[in-house]
Amino acid sequence: MSLLSVSGLEKKFGGVTAIAGLDFKVDPEIIFAIIGPNGAGKTTLFNLLTSIYTPTAGTVTFDGHDLTRLKPFQIAKLGITRTFQNLQIFLNMTVLQNVMVGCHLRSRCGIFEAAFRLPSVLKEEKRVREMAMEALEFCGMQDIANRDASSLPYGVLKKLEVARALAAKPRMLLMDEPAAGLNDTETVSMSKLIRDITSSGVTVLLVEHNMGLVMDVSDRVLVLNYGELLSEGTPQEIQCDPRVIAAYLGE
Amino acid sequence: MKRLAGFYILAAVLIATGLIFPDSYYVTVVGVTICTNAVLAVSLNLLMGYAGQISLGHAAFFGLGAYASAVLTTKYGTNPWLAMLAGVGISGTLAFVLARPILKLKGHYLAMATLGMGIIIHIFFVQADWITGGPDGLSGIPEISIAGLAINNDIRWYWVFGGLMLFTTWISLNIVDSRPGRALAAVHGSEVAAQMTGVDTASVKAQIFVVSAVIASVAGSLFAHQQAFVSPESFSFFFSIELVTMVVLGGLASTFGAIFGAVLLSILPEFLLVFEDFEVLIYGAILMIIMIFLPEGLFVSGSRIVTGWLKKRELSTQ
Amino acid sequence: MTDQLFQFLISGITVGSVYALVGLGFTIIYNASDVVNFAQGEFVMIGAMSAIFLYRAGVPYPFALAAAVIITMAVGMLLEKLAIEPAKNASVVTTIIITIGASIFLRGAALLIWGKDIYGLPPFTKDVPISIGNATLLPQNLYVMGGTALSVLAVRYFFDKTITGKAILACSCNRKAASLVGINVNRMLLIAYGISALLGAIAGILVTPITYTSYDSGVMLGLKGFCAAILGGMGSSMGAVAGGLLLGVIESLGAGIISSGYKDAIAFVVILAVLFIRPSGLLGSADAERV
Repeated sequence: MSLLSVSGLEKKFGGVTAIAGLDFKVDPEIIFAIIGPNGAGKTTLFNLLTSIYTPTAGTVTFDGHDLTRLKPFQIAKLGITRTFQNLQIFLNMTVLQNVMVGCHLRSRCGIFEAAFRLPSVLKEEKRVREMAMEALEFCGMQDIANRDASSLPYGVLKKLEVARALAAKPRMLLMDEPAAGLNDTETVSMSKLIRDITSSGVTVLLVEHNMGLVMDVSDRVLVLNYGELLSEGTPQEIQCDPRVIAAYLGE
Repeated sequence: MKRLAGFYILAAVLIATGLIFPDSYYVTVVGVTICTNAVLAVSLNLLMGYAGQISLGHAAFFGLGAYASAVLTTKYGTNPWLAMLAGVGISGTLAFVLARPILKLKGHYLAMATLGMGIIIHIFFVQADWITGGPDGLSGIPEISIAGLAINNDIRWYWVFGGLMLFTTWISLNIVDSRPGRALAAVHGSEVAAQMTGVDTASVKAQIFVVSAVIASVAGSLFAHQQAFVSPESFSFFFSIELVTMVVLGGLASTFGAIFGAVLLSILPEFLLVFEDFEVLIYGAILMIIMIFLPEGLFVSGSRIVTGWLKKRELSTQ
Repeated sequence: MTDQLFQFLISGITVGSVYALVGLGFTIIYNASDVVNFAQGEFVMIGAMSAIFLYRAGVPYPFALAAAVIITMAVGMLLEKLAIEPAKNASVVTTIIITIGASIFLRGAALLIWGKDIYGLPPFTKDVPISIGNATLLPQNLYVMGGTALSVLAVRYFFDKTITGKAILACSCNRKAASLVGINVNRMLLIAYGISALLGAIAGILVTPITYTSYDSGVMLGLKGFCAAILGGMGSSMGAVAGGLLLGVIESLGAGIISSGYKDAIAFVVILAVLFIRPSGLLGSADAERV
């Protein structure tokens, strides 16, 4: 039984077709990579899956729920979170606060309880702090919890986005180019992190240009070209597929 | 407790000033203005500084509270506290209804929409003379009493507004350091990332809009009783701009920055009086100079400079 | 009734022309520097007031007008040089407060120099009303409309056809890239503020024979110019012109048909309605956030 299924998904911007009738399914607890040349529609696909864009046609189903009419925060509620290609860190907060926002769905305190700081608030704050620390530890960032996010280098912020997304305890995590801009050491630690995430029971959807990383960690790979599905299979199958080789190397 | 340290200092200063100088003009008159403005600036800062949603119409909610109290107590003899509650109801409902369409807008469009809202409400105060008394306003607003104590002199009003300011500050500090407060800051930091962590951004923005409107409305009701008179000019577009200026001047996203800005802009005109004809010119020049050289606001940029200097000293003594 | 409507339309377009010019000035500065210049209305006031005082001091009318325009441009450029340029990295709200400070400062200066009285200017040519049916039209109304039309065309020509105009547009697209290809960004900003002040001065001079002016008349005009720019869609210069004219006509019709006390309220209700339906104004483009 697949966790995510996409059928006939299409997105047009004016006259330009960014995604053209895409069908695929993702099984639970695997790493599913989406690759393709620049402009193939990978990020657009992520934006469709998370309702940042509304599809022109087609449906996305996650665990039996139709996602196409939901707002992004409702999709997060169903258990899908994501990271972003160009960082979307809350630079006005500390590392810990960033991750505490990630715990938003796992806590309940409303604005009136907060305003009067009722005892329940204090208890929940403590719990949220623990949950956030747990996510930071998972990513090996517990030591910089109290640093201002704005003072950290790019590579660390990339990881922070992952920690924040994980703090929500998602069932599926969408990672948009997690290794872009990272050096070799950081990339190795990122691919280890991605594996750890899946081992903890989270399905990972991965958009990435670093083929070494993709072929190394992925269970399934989908190749997009001009918004269409070019090929789908295991990393080995994809590497041998002449259509993929042609698209990447040019005919 | 570190979180509330600034709050206790503020409370101590407020109480000490009131006790030591109970007859000073700067306590009974300027002090009351400072506290009123501080309440409004802190409530606006929740929306503007923390959630990053500019409002050029905050004075309108202050005015709605004031007029609700004025009209109900003078024309219908309503109990002042019920009138205040009615003001809260009106302001809160209006804010709730307008929040979603207005706060959907961004940047300059949001500025325009809130400005328009403020001006429309102000025009209503001026034009609907059958209820608001028109440009002449309403007078004869009765005094109030708290727990049997009539608030009938200046120093008592100082305590009332001082109390409201402390209460507002406490609420603001509480909200900022909580789940909804973090959600607000997340909306400010990156709206799309906030949504993807499950924050219903439209609802969070609407909630804080209502909270800041309600606080302004309460301040307006008390203001009406304290002045015993209301007229439209207290709630004009200019006052909204002045409130925004207080928040920015002190430093956005800092509760004490907002208070600092309110203190400064309330005191400044008192000092500029000696310049007579040059008053307006100097006022404008001071605004420009502060913002050019301390773009993050006096309080925020200032405290950064001080901590930087202290750190340097620490290093050189080691 | 149609005569009356026609009359409202004439006064609406006249006032709207001023809004259009102020809105156009807003847009030019916004495009060049991302600053919403709340001191825009003061340019109108300074243009009108300096023309009035030069004329009263005995300067021949056309020279007084020309000198007033030059004075206003100088003020606009000084504003850029002294207040905007030093605060280059300030946030949007901070620059808004700076321009509000500038607006208060200029108003304070005008109060010192010219006092609190209300002044007018003589019409450009003999004031014989022209009758169209039962509606009347002053020659000055025609000067306002014609002058506005000419100014708008000139601005269009400047940005579409001249190298300097294109260079300013380049700064608005990407300041870093513009300076990399050798455009002197600071000079372009200076020119943009100069043009914007020029438009304000023209608006002030054209309309003062009809509406009179005083040291504090810039505030409301600046606000209306901002409305015009927003209504049209911030950044679209033709949008600002259309927005200004529309705003003038709405106000005039609202005042004439519904109530003069509520005319501004009616205008703002229309603006809010437009923004609720089209969050980026009438001609503005909705820019999607890239993530």
